[in-house]
Amino acid sequence: MREIPVAKIVETVKGLCIEAACNLPEDVEELIKKSQGKEESEFGKYIFEQIIDNIKLARNEERPMCQDTGITVVYLELGQDVHITGGSLTAAIYEGVRQGYQEGYLRKSVVDDPVFLRKNTGDNTPAVIHTEVVTGEHLKIMIVPKGAGSENMGALKMLKPSDGIEGIKDFILKTVREAGGNPCPPIIVGVGIGGTMEKATMLAKKSLTRKAGEHNPDANYKALEEELLEKINLSGIGPQGLGGRVTALAVNIEAFPTHIATLPVAVNLNCHASRHSEAIL
Amino acid sequence: MAGIKKVTTPISEEQIRDLKAGDRVAISGVIYTGRDAAHKNLVNLLAEGKPLPLELENQIIYYVGPTPAKPGQAIGSCGPTTSGRMDAYAPLLIKLGLKGMIGKGPRNAKVISAMKEHGAVYFAAIGGAAAVIAQSVKKAEVIAFPELGPEAIHRLEVEDFPCIVAIDSEGNDLYVSGLEQYRLS
Ligand code: SF4
Repeated sequence: MREIPVAKIVETVKGLCIEAACNLPEDVEELIKKSQGKEESEFGKYIFEQIIDNIKLARNEERPMCQDTGITVVYLELGQDVHITGGSLTAAIYEGVRQGYQEGYLRKSVVDDPVFLRKNTGDNTPAVIHTEVVTGEHLKIMIVPKGAGSENMGALKMLKPSDGIEGIKDFILKTVREAGGNPCPPIIVGVGIGGTMEKATMLAKKSLTRKAGEHNPDANYKALEEELLEKINLSGIGPQGLGGRVTALAVNIEAFPTHIATLPVAVNLNCHASRHSEAIL
Repeated sequence: MAGIKKVTTPISEEQIRDLKAGDRVAISGVIYTGRDAAHKNLVNLLAEGKPLPLELENQIIYYVGPTPAKPGQAIGSCGPTTSGRMDAYAPLLIKLGLKGMIGKGPRNAKVISAMKEHGAVYFAAIGGAAAVIAQSVKKAEVIAFPELGPEAIHRLEVEDFPCIVAIDSEGNDLYVSGLEQYRLS
């Protein structure tokens, strides 16, 4: 049994919020640079240059790379031999988000009631927390600020098993086409297939944090990722939707066993500002 | 993509007519910020017959909700938000004299037809290039709805604010023509 005090969690979450907003992971930056060479349109090339300059400026000056510093999605991997001491784990995460968004000069973008009041909570809480209990004595915290521009363009469809692979491809391509320039292309396309309704969406979102440049280890899914990326980049949408060759940087598919009678498919899009940060306590 | 056209505000009829979809521009002068909540407030004020907190004639509204400025900065990071969410409000403001909008993503047919009818331009700024864009903002102050926080209306003084004419006053739309040019399937 290992004890982790909540104060340590507050401090860590605070730092991770600021880091995620200002410092794009280098693997994502590499993928952007790699894709830059494939762009043919003049605007597309100009947009790539601006995006890359922006990444550097944000990192060097610790400024948020995008003004939409998101609603804060938190992934916890909690070892079952960890004992959290000194208070509530959830409260500690909220406090870390509160402090990070305040001290990091990040935008507070969360409203309390989604329908009737829509009043800004003023501190970017609550965060959306997903916890997985695993064996071991560690606590892994990953912070994913999710902007609305790309989040709003996601979709879920409960396909019939008979719709098969063609149905899956059609749905993904249609979702990306309809999103057009809204999710700030070049985008990363997260796809969750299988499980249940909520499992598919969770897989799609989690896939956005996959190390850039890596594929699904299963050969069938890897081939599907490559095929879809190619098809998406034939769409002409291009950087910022102004026309070009690079609409997406990657397609990340995650799959999970499902019921004999279902085939859920979820698409969660992320912009080129594909931000996340993590720490292991 | 030829040279960069300079645009100054308040923007004149002549400048509007000169701007064509696909032009790169650098805007200098005063522009105003406004997004969902501020637009809703403006339209409500108009419905109640009350005066607006800003002059719309020949002005440009930038769809943005910046991050808070750090000490010593004029503004925090300030890239564009998705313009489509303002489509419901834009035609009325264009009718009242608004000449320019800056945002990201396509506009609907109603907005484009109001732009053609009254002579207005839609500029695209680069979504997610918010730290770079902030460098062209020299001064920012809140002039209306401070209770909206990042969504308050700010008056910005900008110098060579970088954007692209995405839809011009004749209705030429780069979101359509650009895509068609590169579409292969
Ligand atoms: S979609 Fe991403 S890059 Fe675009 S404004 Fe939203 S958070 Fe920023």
